[in-house]
Amino acid sequence: MAEPTPDREAVDEHRQTTANAAVYARLHETAEFEELRRRYRSFAFPATLAFLVWYLLYVVMSNWAGGFMDTKVVGNINVALVFGLLQFLTTFGIAFFYARYMHRNVDPLARQLEEQYNSEVPR
Amino acid sequence: MSSQTLTAVLFVTVVLITVGITFWASRQSSGTADFYAGGRSFSGFQNGMAVSGDYMSAASFLGISGLIALNGYDGFLYSIGFLVAWLVALLLVAELLRNSGRFTMADQLAYRMRQRPVRTAAATSTVVVSVFYLLAQMVGAGALVALLLNVESEALKALTIVGVGMLMVFYVTVGGMKGTTWVQIVKAVLLMTGTVLITVLVLSKFHFNLSELFQAAADNTGKGQKFLQPGLKYGVSTTSRIDFLSLGLALVLGTAGLPHILIRFYTVPTAAAARKSVLWAIGLIGSFYLMTLVLGFGAAALLDTGPDSKVAASGGNLASPLLAEAVGGGAGTTGGAVLLALISAVAFATILAVVAGLTLTSASSVAHDLYATVFKKGKTTEKDEVKVARIAAFVIGGVAVVLAIPAQKLNIAFLVALAFAVAASANLPSLLYNLFWPRFNTRGAVWAIYGGLITCLVLVFFSPVVSGSEAALVTGADWSWFPLSNPGIISIPAGFLLGWLGTITSNEPISAERYPELEVRALTGAGSEGAVHH
Repeated sequence: MAEPTPDREAVDEHRQTTANAAVYARLHETAEFEELRRRYRSFAFPATLAFLVWYLLYVVMSNWAGGFMDTKVVGNINVALVFGLLQFLTTFGIAFFYARYMHRNVDPLARQLEEQYNSEVPR
Repeated sequence: MSSQTLTAVLFVTVVLITVGITFWASRQSSGTADFYAGGRSFSGFQNGMAVSGDYMSAASFLGISGLIALNGYDGFLYSIGFLVAWLVALLLVAELLRNSGRFTMADQLAYRMRQRPVRTAAATSTVVVSVFYLLAQMVGAGALVALLLNVESEALKALTIVGVGMLMVFYVTVGGMKGTTWVQIVKAVLLMTGTVLITVLVLSKFHFNLSELFQAAADNTGKGQKFLQPGLKYGVSTTSRIDFLSLGLALVLGTAGLPHILIRFYTVPTAAAARKSVLWAIGLIGSFYLMTLVLGFGAAALLDTGPDSKVAASGGNLASPLLAEAVGGGAGTTGGAVLLALISAVAFATILAVVAGLTLTSASSVAHDLYATVFKKGKTTEKDEVKVARIAAFVIGGVAVVLAIPAQKLNIAFLVALAFAVAASANLPSLLYNLFWPRFNTRGAVWAIYGGLITCLVLVFFSPVVSGSEAALVTGADWSWFPLSNPGIISIPAGFLLGWLGTITSNEPISAERYPELEVRALTGAGSEGAVHH
């Protein structure tokens, strides 16, 4: 059976492929790139899940756990306020650790691959 | 000098400074990369300031402290949602987008999809989100000026809106992204300085003891401990609780889909700089929202916030300026007049800067996505494209003015929360699918964008916000059947679901074939657009 004819118009409408497509494809298959993706995702994905769950927990507790949230901790400072301020703290913390992690573990590898790309593509 | 004269002088100063910056920037700009992306030559810190400037709109500065002043603890929930949302932008979007796009949100979709349908869809949702956001700011400007000058005149409000509209078109058409970015930076500095000043003055009245401040707020409002606990506004019924959950979702997922925030990541030269700018933004915005807590409870403790008060009449929007007057010595004193004028001028600068950013975003998308690619099929010159962007800025400015004048009774917070819901429903699904799902294709992108957008708009139209409640836009008729005022809890999953459904029901191998190229580029920056050197 013959190959299905590609929709002519659809192909035209896509951005023209460049001569560099082959270079990208080659880089995509390297062990370095696999490692880069693994390192990025192994931080970004679990951290995203964690802060979303933590935030939704806060929203749900504010809605449906009044008794607990109203408990006073010290003076007029109640659990709800402490929980809210902890959201600020965790946001700052995750942002800081993400940046440090990327700087140490991902940026050097990304630079190495970018240099490889630059050396293979005629300027 | 009376308070009004002083306010007028400071307003004029703000306008003159920003106009000066714009002229200065226009002399250093040429070509599309300058106009759309400020030459990609801003540092991470500078762009972080500009991102904060873009984000801390009238809704944040005037809105949140007002909501806290009126509703106590429940208002603080906005601050938290608006801040945590930045982690989505930081971890999943900012760096990858910076590497894979050029000027607009649609660029990274067009990287592997059919250009015309995805650019048309993305440009449509960009303009819709930006116009909702614009309306909120312009309505705020009208209300602010009218209440400050103590004249309740529709004509004056309309005149203010027209004036703001003319200024914003000027900033964008003359200064482009470079001018707009510098306006944001100056505004961010003014806003942070003003907020720190008022926060310190408020805290000094309570011996820098938060507990004492809260006690005073609970006493002064007459609501007691309830004022310090969640639920005063949203704990009324199960529907209001679900509404709050819906709002919470829209807030946390909306930021990373706001086009005027996304295109800011193109103004820096590398992904690392994009990351740094989000870090600065999180630091600045986080500190700012912590201070809104003090401003809001301070207003509740020191001002009259009863049902007939000036604060309540403005929907809380005047809580910050009136609080400034109170801590400066009160109405009629020199200190009070100076601080009131100062904070009002800061609020005005905030509004001007944000409308400029929003107009630029929509104009860029119309020129770059619709005109250059969809109409001209890429056969256009840079000069033509920038010319069209300028015309588009003019038209969008005009549309926003025309819509804002009759919209003066709309609630600002509602409009902004709606813009967040649209952004989260229409933009975020296609953005995330495109970056992380190889199989994703043109139909998926188009369905995700239009599906999220339409679901969102339809649900709002049939919600109690538009008809069937006391505070509705249309009184005297009731066609509401959707009980929530924020549609996020339905429309965001709808956007994701339709994006998935559209993808699996169409066969477009070319999109998947090009995913590796997009992925390499997004993660490594290989072949991405660099800074422009003059």
